[in-house]
Amino acid sequence: MSLESKHLLGLYGTSREDIELILDTARTFREVLERPIKKVPTLQGKTVVNLFFEASTRTRISFELAQKRLSADTINFTTSTSSTKKGETFKDTVRNIEAMKVDMIVVRHESAGVPQFLTRISNANIINAGDGTHEHPTQALLDMYSIKEKLNKLEGLKVCVVGDIAHSRVALSNIYGLTTMGAKVSVCGPSTMIPHSLIKLGVKIYNDIDKAIQENDVLNVLRIQLERKAGDRIPSLREYRNYFGITTERLNKFNKEIIILHPGPINRGIEISSEVADGPYQVILDQVTNGVAVRMAVLYLLGTKN
Amino acid sequence: MNIIIKGTTLLNPEQKINEKSDLLISDGIIKKIGSLNDGDYKNAKVYDFNNAYSVPGLFDMHVHLREPGREDEETVLTGSNSAAAGGFTGVACMPNTNPPIDTAEIVKFIKEKSQSHLVDVFPIATATHERKGEGLSPMLELSEAGAVAFSDDGNAIKSASLLRNAFEYTKMIDKVIIDHCEDESLAEGAMNEGITSTVLGLPPIPSIAEDIIVMRDIITAEYTNGKIHIAHISSKNAVDMVRQAKKKGIYVTAEATPHHFTLTEETVKSYDTNYKMNPPLRTKEDVDAIIEGLKDGTIDCIASDHAPHAIEEKEHEFIYAPNGVVGLETTLGLVLTELYHKKHLSIEKLVEKLSINPRIILKLPIPQFKEGEKANLTIFDPNLIWTVDIQKFQSKCRNSPFDKRLLTGKMLAVINKNKIYYENSFFTI
Amino acid sequence: MKIKAIVIDEEGLKRTIIRLAHEILERNKGSKNIILIGMRTRGEFLANRIHKKIEEIDNSKILLGVLDATLYRDDFRRRLKQPEVSVTNITFDINEKDVILIDDVLYTGRSVRAALDALMDLGRPNTIQLCVLVDRGHRELPIKADFVGKNIPTSINEEVKVQMKEIDEEDSVYLIETPDEFKTT
Repeated sequence: MSLESKHLLGLYGTSREDIELILDTARTFREVLERPIKKVPTLQGKTVVNLFFEASTRTRISFELAQKRLSADTINFTTSTSSTKKGETFKDTVRNIEAMKVDMIVVRHESAGVPQFLTRISNANIINAGDGTHEHPTQALLDMYSIKEKLNKLEGLKVCVVGDIAHSRVALSNIYGLTTMGAKVSVCGPSTMIPHSLIKLGVKIYNDIDKAIQENDVLNVLRIQLERKAGDRIPSLREYRNYFGITTERLNKFNKEIIILHPGPINRGIEISSEVADGPYQVILDQVTNGVAVRMAVLYLLGTKN
Repeated sequence: MNIIIKGTTLLNPEQKINEKSDLLISDGIIKKIGSLNDGDYKNAKVYDFNNAYSVPGLFDMHVHLREPGREDEETVLTGSNSAAAGGFTGVACMPNTNPPIDTAEIVKFIKEKSQSHLVDVFPIATATHERKGEGLSPMLELSEAGAVAFSDDGNAIKSASLLRNAFEYTKMIDKVIIDHCEDESLAEGAMNEGITSTVLGLPPIPSIAEDIIVMRDIITAEYTNGKIHIAHISSKNAVDMVRQAKKKGIYVTAEATPHHFTLTEETVKSYDTNYKMNPPLRTKEDVDAIIEGLKDGTIDCIASDHAPHAIEEKEHEFIYAPNGVVGLETTLGLVLTELYHKKHLSIEKLVEKLSINPRIILKLPIPQFKEGEKANLTIFDPNLIWTVDIQKFQSKCRNSPFDKRLLTGKMLAVINKNKIYYENSFFTI
Repeated sequence: MKIKAIVIDEEGLKRTIIRLAHEILERNKGSKNIILIGMRTRGEFLANRIHKKIEEIDNSKILLGVLDATLYRDDFRRRLKQPEVSVTNITFDINEKDVILIDDVLYTGRSVRAALDALMDLGRPNTIQLCVLVDRGHRELPIKADFVGKNIPTSINEEVKVQMKEIDEEDSVYLIETPDEFKTT
């Protein structure tokens, strides 16, 4: 068994078989993470560059740890300013890095399409660690892994992504991945934060958080990103919290178990209350651990593919 | 010297001429039309074309020549070469240079640069001082120096009050305002808004960004009795608005670019920055509306929005890459392939949109097939099949999504100012 | 599949397992400190059977685990097919234990090398002893089995095919000709 593609650019068009293979393989690595020596020699001699054009400590650390646990050599190239602003073309930046003979590139960038662009100018395996508001496939894979770990299935589940959908790369990857796996995906948020066209993807749209809680098995709560000009689209964080925040009172209205995911970092008291974030239904810290396992799986499957 | 253009069909819808006839040109003047005798042939170089049309020299009223400022991307000279290679004998160049074309000196500078070239270059000056949208440019002086129209192209004219003043002021010189219709507050994106932008995760620009300004411009033109020309119209709603405005008798004209009637937003799926345009490529519905607008006369002319960009600029990330396409050398081929051969436009209509109408809008004389008139003509074969090769562009730049595209219809020669451009070379007649 | 000989049949396999169980107990003076670890895939089933037999003979409880050494293999870059990894299931401490590592066929020794590395990362056993159903020779590393069901000298273009009822139709060991696509020239 091996993946169809030599890259992981997104979950759009990724087959069910490939997603299953990644999730199954992640299970192996989840076990490795419980060992006294959490390291295997699988990617010895492989060089991986973490090319982060946008600050993202968590994702980068998770990838870096995954690489180290597979014994790959890792280099971090992190810059918050775009190369454009320095005068060097993006292509030159990447060619320079590739000239150092790297085998895999993990890339995060504020422009959608950068991972695709990299596949055209580099021979390395490309892993998308988030491009613009496009995709963040490993996040969605770890979300799926965490849901599956808790509920033993994905098929038939109802999953609602809550928050600023229009500016989320996690939402799209969740929609693609979960839909492929047979789950029913919906979104919930203020209507200024949801692109109308999502309906064309078969996604149900809620503007009422209570209804979303009532009708779903899983809530994937996104961070309200203050830095992404949320101000134009919601009147205040207070109003967002009051109408869309996930609180114990809201959850208690419905006598049911619901799994709460959050990709972090959490704005406690805004999109999710502390009580819920630390409560019995959350799998937020599991997601972090699973993230390393899922990323190990992706690195393994791409890095050892012939 | 004399030359003879043999075997072409002379076509000028303005003169209602459409007949196969030979032309004798002497010292840049049309000396004789039809039945040439042995004496005429004696001292003339003969250009024998079969199955070709001779039409009034094509005119592109929307090009960016980048000089002054970005001579690494294009100059008046290379842009003019590109125009000739595309079959154009005249262009009007946009003022978003650096410095912008906002003084009589720069207008004259550009005219001087192009003086000895086959291609006529007519500068369009800025509508506002330094193109900043804060106060009118010296329009009387600019006009006197040779500016043929006013535009803040690259941006819309910033406010309705400025636009209103521009309309009022230009009445004194009877010149048109060309507006790049885009509401800035809605246009902070990289592609057309819709399902495709959602799927691609690129920041979207809704089509209403264009529509809102088109509507503003039409209403203001109506109120002031001004003359507005809508640059690179791209949305279905905007076409509808122009259609309604024309019915009401408002002076509004519009142009469309080849990329907006041949390509849709779907092409962006490759994240190839050659498909990044402003206005952005839109949906099939919009493309159809543009074609319909061209057919029914709502859209008066076709302009390339020739926008050369250095390779290093297009090789950036999609959201940072600049907009635009090297348009001059593919426009005629695309028009013939996509509009003529697909039976949307007749040859006559096509000549109107590529030669006659732009000159009418800019108040420039229309070349005539008449003995004693200056020879200003384009010769093209509507059935010649060729493949676009960006490496062979005369333009300094190579940014084009049409590379390797098979086209049917190509220019064979252009003649103007006693010069001929034929088989990639210029000759003085 | 071109069968050249049946090397062990169902009855033979039963007898071999009984013998191996006895040998393991004898060498280790009982079952007190031993743990069994089967190597995926067929080594796991073999281990299950030996485990059952030893518990029967010795009337005691002994620990049994499964090891997947894929992540420690050295042949990723040489294989056409990407090996599938599965979970290692060793839920107990292997420190100071006598580990009986069980596999079906001992060939080049490379997978045993990988298994040894994997075990070392799990702890520091007192000893590791190797038990295989078939030793077919052609070692590429200095590795020797402590317990061997049967030595079968083979040529390079032969394969030993172990079948076990847990996943195959029958219990048997065949000597077969290597299918053409896998032949080394």
